[in-house]
Amino acid sequence: MIEKEFKELKSKAKHIRKLTIDTIGHLGFGHIGGSMSIVEILTMLYYKHMRIDPMDPKKKDRDILILSKGHGGPTLYCVLADKGYFSLDLLHTLNTGGTSLPSHVDMNRTPGIDMTAGSLGQGLSAAVGMALANRLDKNPGLVYAIIGDGESDEGQVWEAAMAAAHFKLDNLIAFTDRNKLQIDGFTKNIMDLGDLKAKWESFGWFTQQIDGHNFEAIDKSINRAKTETGRPAMIILETVKGKGVSFAENKESSHHMAFDYEMAKQAISCL
Amino acid sequence: MTTRMREVYSDTLIRLAEKDRNIVVLEADLMAAHATKSFMEKFPERTFNVGVAEANMVGIACGLSARGKIPFAGSFAPFVTRRAYDQFFVSANYAKLNVKLMGSDPGITAAYNGGTHMPFEDVGIMRNVPGLIIYEPADGVSLQKLLTESAYRKGNVYLRLHRGNAPGIYNQNDEIKLGKANVLKDGNDVTLIASGVVMVNEALKASEMLQKEGVSAAVIDMHTIKPLDEEIVLKYAAKTSRIVTCENHQVMNGLGSAVAEVLSEKQPILMKRIGVNDEFGEVGDIEYLKERFGLTAKRICESARSLLVTA
Repeated sequence: MIEKEFKELKSKAKHIRKLTIDTIGHLGFGHIGGSMSIVEILTMLYYKHMRIDPMDPKKKDRDILILSKGHGGPTLYCVLADKGYFSLDLLHTLNTGGTSLPSHVDMNRTPGIDMTAGSLGQGLSAAVGMALANRLDKNPGLVYAIIGDGESDEGQVWEAAMAAAHFKLDNLIAFTDRNKLQIDGFTKNIMDLGDLKAKWESFGWFTQQIDGHNFEAIDKSINRAKTETGRPAMIILETVKGKGVSFAENKESSHHMAFDYEMAKQAISCL
Repeated sequence: MTTRMREVYSDTLIRLAEKDRNIVVLEADLMAAHATKSFMEKFPERTFNVGVAEANMVGIACGLSARGKIPFAGSFAPFVTRRAYDQFFVSANYAKLNVKLMGSDPGITAAYNGGTHMPFEDVGIMRNVPGLIIYEPADGVSLQKLLTESAYRKGNVYLRLHRGNAPGIYNQNDEIKLGKANVLKDGNDVTLIASGVVMVNEALKASEMLQKEGVSAAVIDMHTIKPLDEEIVLKYAAKTSRIVTCENHQVMNGLGSAVAEVLSEKQPILMKRIGVNDEFGEVGDIEYLKERFGLTAKRICESARSLLVTA
């Protein structure tokens, strides 16, 4: 049974990865690297863990996701379209004038997007606010947030980290997409994050570090995080930037790349 | 009657919170300065002190707002504007949320805290945020009324709060509405348009001084700087042909600029702007700083006279 579930999730992730490459490839350029590294976590959240209703995107007691690394939007759009929040036809309007699918996620343009993001470092603070509001309202909805490792250079991330622990927000589960690359190169060369797990632990978070492309590990870590009480949970996802796309995988240039539709189709056929 | 503005702020929020469980207060280690400890005593679960972290405070307020809360978040004006500008710009305004931001100690009222804490530019940078409401009440009654209105006017707001004492100007039954300036004194020769506790009172004083010289000066309290009450600006431009703006702020990008923008496009007349001229703040008491930066009734009178001569 469980094996069947993971098999289905893997197959869904492959579909989402293909759809995302197609979506960015159709436009010809985009944030391919950071979109590929979050395919598995978004698949796990939206197809297994999150209590959501695509027919009622603003449902009061839904679980919420804040994609603080807002440039990962294309993957999330593919997930949301596949879930039925909006038509799949919209995917080919990505980042074109007048689109409802801008490069960075926008809660006022896209059904299913819970928070606008794009200026890095801000999403975790908003997640803290939403978790506080849910607690005040005795709303059982969980708040999930995904931040980037490059994004973790921002001081505001650590202000929010301190606050979430101070307010004992056990309804907040955050993920760091630890793909080890930022725009200008490898994080260890641009701004060394040091021992990220120790940092989050020292900020008072229940912290796990796992293979961010392994469904069994992701599922187990989320289940464990949900049982934690009295403190927020951080799951550091060890990922590969550009995962699954040969010309982008673990490449320093993969943050934002130009590639034509033929290259996209070729990448899709290799999956 | 003199009122303690910080207490009006907190008391008004308490009254709002008694009726509405969605009202919440955020502070960044300045609860004593804003008298919000009294709010916390009544509503501890709805008060969030985030420590010295203004950017995070604004971000948390955005999250609360996204879940239907009405957050009032405050700190000294330079720190909620200059320091947290991008957070307020993107997470609150671009995201079209409902955050009520409060910046205290406008302009020279930062007094002994000096240049690092003395915002002469906050209105200027906030005016560039699309759709934002910016207001600066001149006394306790107007603060209480405008603050109450702002709670239920959907959208983001920036309150420029004089937290010290302020002499009374309005009566409880006066109508005071966001976006609608109040004429405090009518006049025929020149119009003084002012905002905030310091400059509205200096303008009233200047009007009395001019009266003794036989000059009839109207005084308008432009408590809402954005959206500006253009109608009243144009009405008094037609009526008096001369306008002096008075602000406890840089003359660039604040009230004076807002009035000049309207006049230059719609009804060009002579005007003068009283305010700080491209300088940083410094320490001192209020009287010293008024003189130092020319924010006095005397200077307002000089500007008014110069317009009367040239016209």
